[in-house]
Amino acid sequence: MKGQSILEVSRICKAFGPTEALRGVGLSVRAGEVLALIGENGAGKSTLLKILSGAHRADSGEMSIGDRPFRPSGPSDTRRSGVAMIYQELNLAPELSVEDNLLLGHVGSGGGLLIRKQQRPKVIEALEAVGLEGLSPTAIVGEQSVATQQMIEIARALVAEARIILFDEPTSSLPQKDVARLFSIINELKERGIGMVYISHFLEEVREVADRYTVLRDGENVGEGIMEDIDDDTIVSLMVGRDVRNLFPTVAHCPGEPWVSIQDLNGSPSPKNINIELRRGEIFGVAGLVGAGRTELIRTIFGLDYASSGSVSVNQKPIAHTIGERIQAGFGFISEDRKSEGLAQDLSVIDNLTLSRLTDYTTLGVLNLKQRKLAAEKLLERVQVKCNASDQAVSELSGGNQQKVAIARILHQQADILLMDEPTKGIDLGTKAEIYQMLGELAATGKTIVFVSSYLPELLAVCDRIGVMARGELREVRNASDWTEEEVMGVAIG
Amino acid sequence: MNFRRILKSIFQSQLGPIFALTFILMLFALADQRWSSGNYLSPRNFRVMMNSAALIAVPALGMTMIIIAAGIDLSAGTALTLCGTVLATQLKHAAVASGEPGFVWVVLQAVCLTLLTGCICGLVNGGLISLTKVVPFIVTLGTMTIFLGVGQIISKESTVYADEKNIPGWLSDFCYTGSNSERYLNFGFLPNIPNSVLLTLILALAVVLLLRYTVFGRNVFAIGSSESTARLCGVNVPLTVIAVYTLAGLFVALGGLMYYANVKNGNPSDGMGKELEIIAAVVLGGGSLSGGRGSILGTLVGALIITAIRSGCAQLSIPNTYTHIIIGGIIIVAVIVDQLRHGSPEWFFRMLPAKNNGT
Repeated sequence: MKGQSILEVSRICKAFGPTEALRGVGLSVRAGEVLALIGENGAGKSTLLKILSGAHRADSGEMSIGDRPFRPSGPSDTRRSGVAMIYQELNLAPELSVEDNLLLGHVGSGGGLLIRKQQRPKVIEALEAVGLEGLSPTAIVGEQSVATQQMIEIARALVAEARIILFDEPTSSLPQKDVARLFSIINELKERGIGMVYISHFLEEVREVADRYTVLRDGENVGEGIMEDIDDDTIVSLMVGRDVRNLFPTVAHCPGEPWVSIQDLNGSPSPKNINIELRRGEIFGVAGLVGAGRTELIRTIFGLDYASSGSVSVNQKPIAHTIGERIQAGFGFISEDRKSEGLAQDLSVIDNLTLSRLTDYTTLGVLNLKQRKLAAEKLLERVQVKCNASDQAVSELSGGNQQKVAIARILHQQADILLMDEPTKGIDLGTKAEIYQMLGELAATGKTIVFVSSYLPELLAVCDRIGVMARGELREVRNASDWTEEEVMGVAIG
Repeated sequence: MNFRRILKSIFQSQLGPIFALTFILMLFALADQRWSSGNYLSPRNFRVMMNSAALIAVPALGMTMIIIAAGIDLSAGTALTLCGTVLATQLKHAAVASGEPGFVWVVLQAVCLTLLTGCICGLVNGGLISLTKVVPFIVTLGTMTIFLGVGQIISKESTVYADEKNIPGWLSDFCYTGSNSERYLNFGFLPNIPNSVLLTLILALAVVLLLRYTVFGRNVFAIGSSESTARLCGVNVPLTVIAVYTLAGLFVALGGLMYYANVKNGNPSDGMGKELEIIAAVVLGGGSLSGGRGSILGTLVGALIITAIRSGCAQLSIPNTYTHIIIGGIIIVAVIVDQLRHGSPEWFFRMLPAKNNGT
């Protein structure tokens, strides 16, 4: 059965109003094989996935599973056809038990009655298959770790007897060690003859797990083949459509005098006893595993999280622990959670951009909207945000452009100390390179940047110094050139 | 011409509620011509309708701000009649009568106390919501009955009537809808518009400007759209929320004053259920209960829609019971239409006849 094509998609077209998201895209998935679907944000991967999952309907084109045509009318139809999706954001009911989640929407429970006992063997078998032997079927899903929840989602696909599983950026919220676990599960699923589609921005990951690849760009197929036959540079140039010589452009800058001093900063439960001196014009990287307290550290520095003790001073002047004071003192913050915290999705680009500093446009409390619009549009041009109009809602922009709006906001705010939490998360390679370039330019103008990231290559390439966190503590700080990836991981795990 | 496209553009424009109102007015006018007296669109009935709409619209202006900030105020109804009761009680116990020296001060005092009562009600709501982080629905559900109780203490559990001579002329003319043009503040050139309606228009304009042209206004939208984003941008969220509810309290108090002017008595339990009418006006006007969206013009039209239906049903002698059902149905239909406008109404447009490519 291995090697046989189980999902065939050809000539799929889909337009949203005037924008053509997909223009004749095709792919094929074989049993017992992982197909990597590669492409920048906006290349059409998500649209294709949504069509496969039945959330959208294709305008034209054909899909077939085995030799039967596949035209899903909705998620439950997709499920019946043996296709399961594992999304970036987990789709489980957190208050329900593991068992109930696995059986949710399952057709096997007859007559509307849920006879748990009858389904129990199936549930246990699925949990064992994803390496969760020890997990009680009655445990509450919300109390499990993110990694375990993801395994539960895969188990759910197994209970539904899925033959095709689609993974959309499954590792984006996983700690490193759980990524390895996920990959071993994927390998076991291969043995079972399940065909998989794997979407990820991380080429290293794709290389590790996928057998074949399909590259999309601007809603079209631009390349496909066997993973072993292609090198990373070729994939990148296929994705971007031009040669990207330098994935990590750097701008020469020279850190100056000590400027921001963080002393004995404590939060509950993290960070713990943080002492850092940041210099003017420095890019300071913060590495560590998910849960090591990196996010908490910069949130506490910004005043978003409560600090139980310690001080943050700029130019030896202590700054009170409120967001307002910190913004006054020149701090700016980019949230890792762009969707719900970083940006107000329903508001316009202009509103989002200027929200943290409206005082420039007010006289006696009255806003000068025209002046605000001009200033905002100038800034949008500077950071090269692609949008139809500055009063367009932020939610209509692509992820990369949204992130640029968030960055533009702290520039507009005239922040000098930029605290950035995973600023390149979920962004395409081209925009990532633009952001690295921008960080370098900002540092060159004397701004200080604290750069939190889980992606070590970018930290090592872009930062002047890197501090590694573990269990809420800042374990070790060295110049970036003195670290290797292995050494960083070694400290992070310790 | 493309029928689908025209329908879609009407749908997605901000004019939706106005179209709905026009449609309802036309429908009732026709029915009224056919089966009843034909008085539905007479100037007098129009004034009555506008006055009733104003009574809903003024507190609904505050409610619009609250709903834009992703809140809700269930206590608006009982707070409104509490304010009316305070005014009635003050006038009832006034030591001086209309025309006597010092009466201006007595009235001024009574009005200020009324407005203050409304602000305090709002402050209590906003303060509790900001400090305890309990959801607005629950907080205001609680204060709804608290304000009712306070009102009943003040009124000694009865309806408060002030003596005719203790009510200043401007107040008794405030909601006047009759034909004596001397009782209108028409400055000699305006048509006979009830004073309550004039006040409503002025207040509405003020709120429009407040929401659009001030930092406070932008912050209200930001909080409603995403509270955590607003916080991250340095917006003082608790203070803004308190300000929104307090300001809404002021509008509730003005609503209370108009309510008193309209019925000339103060009865705290009259307010039960009024909050739903107020919320309905906001929602009919396109306000989204999940926050970040709402329009003042929409709210005014929403209030008019409710009164147009009620008055129309009365003209046609449709029993009250059916009026309730009609209004309820319209609210649900309006919200469905609104969702279609903002969401992806693909399924709806798919039902329409397909584009005719043959011509």
